[in-house]
This record gives sequence, structure tokens and C-alpha cells, in this order.
Amino acid sequence: MADEDILSDDLLRQLMSVGETDILVGIHTHNNAKTIGRVVQAVREGLLKHFPRERVAILNVDGGSQDGTTDLVRAAAISDVGDATPFYALRTLHCISSQYDSVPSAGKAMHIVVAASDLLRVKACAIVAPESFEIQPDWMNRLLRPIYGEHYDFVAPVYSRQRFDGMLVTNLMYPMTRAVYGKPIREPRPGEFAFSDRLVSDLVGHELWNQDAGRLGPEVCFTVSALADDARIFQTFLGPKGHVDQGPADLVPALRQTVAPLFWSMEATFDWWNTIGVLQALPSDGPEYEVSMDPVHVDLTRLHQMFTSGVTDLQDVLRSIVSASTLAQLQSAATNEGNNFQYTDELWVKVVYEFAASYHRSVINRDHIIQALAPLYRGRAYAFLTENLKASKDELAMHIESLCQTFERQKPYLLELWTAQERGS
Amino acid sequence: MGDMIVSELGQAWSEFARAFAHLLPRLLAVLIIAVVGWVIAYLIKIGLRSVLRLVKFDRLSERAGASRLLNTAALPSPSEVLSQLVFWIVWLSIGLAGVSFLGIPVLQQDIASILRFLPRLLVALVMLFLGLLAANFFARAALLAAVNSDLPSPHVLSDVVKVLIVVLTISMTFEELGLAEKTILIAFSLVFGSLMLGLAIAFGLGGRDLARQFLERRFSEDRARPRPEDHLSPL
Repeated sequence: MADEDILSDDLLRQLMSVGETDILVGIHTHNNAKTIGRVVQAVREGLLKHFPRERVAILNVDGGSQDGTTDLVRAAAISDVGDATPFYALRTLHCISSQYDSVPSAGKAMHIVVAASDLLRVKACAIVAPESFEIQPDWMNRLLRPIYGEHYDFVAPVYSRQRFDGMLVTNLMYPMTRAVYGKPIREPRPGEFAFSDRLVSDLVGHELWNQDAGRLGPEVCFTVSALADDARIFQTFLGPKGHVDQGPADLVPALRQTVAPLFWSMEATFDWWNTIGVLQALPSDGPEYEVSMDPVHVDLTRLHQMFTSGVTDLQDVLRSIVSASTLAQLQSAATNEGNNFQYTDELWVKVVYEFAASYHRSVINRDHIIQALAPLYRGRAYAFLTENLKASKDELAMHIESLCQTFERQKPYLLELWTAQERGS
Repeated sequence: MGDMIVSELGQAWSEFARAFAHLLPRLLAVLIIAVVGWVIAYLIKIGLRSVLRLVKFDRLSERAGASRLLNTAALPSPSEVLSQLVFWIVWLSIGLAGVSFLGIPVLQQDIASILRFLPRLLVALVMLFLGLLAANFFARAALLAAVNSDLPSPHVLSDVVKVLIVVLTISMTFEELGLAEKTILIAFSLVFGSLMLGLAIAFGLGGRDLARQFLERRFSEDRARPRPEDHLSPL
């Protein structure tokens, strides 16, 4: 779809009435009535406090909410923040709301925000997740200041999490992105992030918007684009990340939103990442790893059972994705439980790399490859939990660092698998 | 009497010789058509094979699961199978068209009906191929969905999906070929009906508790309450 076509006539009229803008904050909503009021108010307060002189706009892109989300956005945007805080706007803070007429799609919403940023010639654009009920007004400054004031191109967040929250991020997304692209981005699939006009012009006509990966996980594609574009990246500590209600049944959508876009992005950026060897530190403004040690309630037995039954039932599917030796190791792991359970870092990295290469070669339908990873991730989660249930914060950080190093050490294996087909083997 | 026999034999022989002389050039023409047809079909096969390799047809088939089906049946690669199929259809069509030059009325009628049947055969084969691909694809999709939703007996679900699509495909193929349409339709209705009835009875009798639990989970307030492992978000 052409970039001018992504903006509806109504939205175009609203944007044209706003005119050229310095800062834009995009919020994609779909039935977020529970949290959206708080989020918009915090964004508004943060913008008034930290950017009183800039031309600022909030753009809400809604995917057809039925719970009054858009009304709440409008109400929160016009509520008088001055009553509660001592901050007043020196310029009009515009709040634009637009509904797109199709099924909810993160990619489409993000494409609209990028196209709007391009049209308004914004210097810095931030994306805020509508379910971030822990958001603070200060987040606006932390996300936008490095771009607006210090000329960075991409600002990624660092959150404080419950120690076992986001295991897909700590066990796959973070270590793999770090190993492949050589930069330690803690949140490759950020809920909140910001980017410069330079990235906007690179992304506005990007092919990712026409791909499933871009439609489902634009955040990951954004991060990888920034990494492969050699953009100036900054990491900012935002504080606690609100809990997202995602359980085992939501694991497959989570994999589609994260792992699939990462694998897809690796294809387009192969020429960039295949030569990267040395890890480069990223500038940041706070702790790079922060966890709370609250007690966790996990049904380990069920996690193990779902791994075991997954390996058994999907044997034929897995045979076409992973190597015979990896499958044998997985089958062997599935026979043990508790202290005898052997799902080492090496095995997990091998599994992930073989899945990435099979995705690249499209050995079977790509979505089926992503779905087949779910039980193997559950096995990894079970292993990680049993190993670290009693670990301290430092020990946990050490284990994650060790996993990252295993990913980095085995990168030649990924390259070998990746280029095997091109070499005809 | 003897002269008569000799004269009749001579007449018969001269008629045979005349008919043979009449047929020989046509037979030669048929042979030439067959050879030229073979060359044309062979060239088409080579061209098609190159095009299929260029568009990476084997890779597409591999993704769709067709290659595995062909491997199971000990057949060569999908591009090879398709180009061979086209070769035989083209050669057979040209050859049969050539045979009709012989001018034998009975043969001409049969050849005309075979030529009319060939496009239907091709469509039926394509339908069968696509149907088997679809069966493979949806069976795998059902298996993955069932495993990830922690449903009991995911292989049974996957096999049921596969059998249904295969049965539907076969019945459609036979209908396209015009072979035993009614029998196939009745057989399909019987298989499909009995399968559905069997599933309904099995679910109703054997899975009463499961159905109750499922409905409770689906519609009661318990659904909103997360299970212990739900406290951990993967993201």
C-alpha cells in the first residue's frame, strides 16, 4: 500500500490542520478502556512538563474498539492537566484520534504513525503501549530527549521486571539479537520506544509493512532496522513494566509477534550481520538489568508435561526443522524431570539457530515453524525456572549473560546453517 | 470354377493391395506425427522443467508438504513429475490426433472421446494433487494448534482433518472424471455422515465431563481467573 493511501481522508485533514510538528507520540489502541485514560494523561503531562515550547501532538490510532477507548482518549486529552499539576502548554497540544477500517493490526497502526510522522516532518516520534499502566510522565522525557536533544536515532527501553517475567525476551530475543547484531538491546520488542526523522524516512516506504512479520511484530522490525541501519541507539531505563496478561495459550501469538519478525528481519539484513563479530556497548541512562524478587506462582509440572507431549506429538514436524542429533537430545530431555532434566544452554541455542535457518529455507510453512517452537520454548522455560528458582538477582544476571555468550559462541553454526543452501549443501 | 477362384483371389488381392497402398502413406504420416509430437512434447517438457526450476517450484512444494507426499510414494521431485505429466499428455494428444488420420471411423470416435477426456483428466490430477497438499497442510495446522492448546489426542484430530479432506478430494476428483458419480457421492455422504455421527456420539458419551469442563471454562467466570502458570508472561 502506498504511504499516502495508508492515511484516511479524515486523518489527513486532521494532520494538515495540525501542520508541521516537532514531536509526535503514537498510541495504538484496541479495547484498552481499562488503562488508556491513565496512559494518555501521563503522556500529556509528560509532554507539557518536558516539552512546553515544542510543537507536540498525540496520535491515537484505534483498531475498532468497542469498549469506549476512543472516547476515553478524547476525554483524557482535553482534561485540564493544570488542575493537578503546575504545567501549562505554551503551544496547543493536539490530540488526533483515528480509526482504521480493518482488523486490528499493530503493523498497520505503526505504519499510520510513521506515515503521519513523515507528513508532519516530526523530529522525534515516540510509541507508547496502551496497556502500560505503570507509565510515568517522566517516560516522555526519557524516550524523547535523547533524540530531540542529543540526536540519537533510536531509543529503546529497559524495564524493571519481575524476575521470571518475559522469559521469551531474556532467553531468546535479547541474547539472539545481541549475538546476531552485536549490540545488547535489552528489549528487542519494546512496548515503548522512540525514533528520529532519519529512521522515519528509512521506514516510511519499507517493505516490512507488506509482510506478515511487519504486520504482526513491527516493533521488532523497527529495532532490527535501527541495528542494521547503524543508527545511533540509546537505552533508557523506564522503571517497572506493567504485567501483560499472557499465559500459555498466548505463547503462539507472542512468538508470532517476536520470533517470526526477528527471523524475517535477519533475511533482509544478512549482508550486515554476517560480518559482525565484536559486541558493542550501547549508551544508557540507568541500570541495564533490574528485576524484582517477588515470589512466583508457576505450575512447573504442567510446563514440563506440555514440553514432553509437544516433543512426542510433533516428532514428524520437528524432524523437518531440526537436525537428527538435536531432535534426539530433545527426546532424551523429554524423558527426564526435576534435577535430572537436561536442557542445556547449548541445546537451546542449537534449537533456536536451527529453527532460524529452517525459517530462512522455508522447509515447511513458516507459521508452522514458529508454532512448533512453542513446546520447545516451554521446555527451556521449565529448565530456566528449575535452575533459577532460588537464584539471587546477581546469579540470575550471570546466567543470562552466560546464555548470551553461548549464543555468541555458536554464531558460526548459525552462519553455516544459513548459508548451507546457497552453497548447495 | 478354378478360373473363378483365381479371379476372385486376384480381385481380393488387388483390393487388399489398393487398400494397403491407400493406408501406407497415412500410416507413415501417423508415424511422422508421432515422432514430431514426441519432439514437441520433449521440448515442452524441457522448457517447463527449466521454468519450474527458475521459479523454485520444488522449494514451494517442499513448503507445502508436496515433496514429502511424493517421497512417500517413491516419486521424483514435483517439477519432474509435472513436466513428465505434461510430456505424456502432449505426446498422447498429438499421437491420437495423428491416429485419427488413418480414417477408421470406429477408431476416430474413440479417439475423439479420449481427446475430450484428456483435459478433464488433467484437471482431476491437479485437483487430486492440490487436495492432498491441502490435507497435509491442514492436518499439520490442526496438530500444531491442538498441541499448543494442550488438547487431548492431537494426532486423532489431525488424522480426522486429513481423512476428511482426502475423502472430499477423492470424491471431487471422481466427479470431475465422471466415474461412478453417484456411488462416490453416496460413499462420501456415508463416510462423512458416519464420521460426524461417531464424533458426536463419542463426544457426547465419552467426553461428557470434558464437554462440561470446556463449557464451564468457556462461559463461567472462572475463565477470567488465570491459572498459576498464567502469572508469567513470555513478553
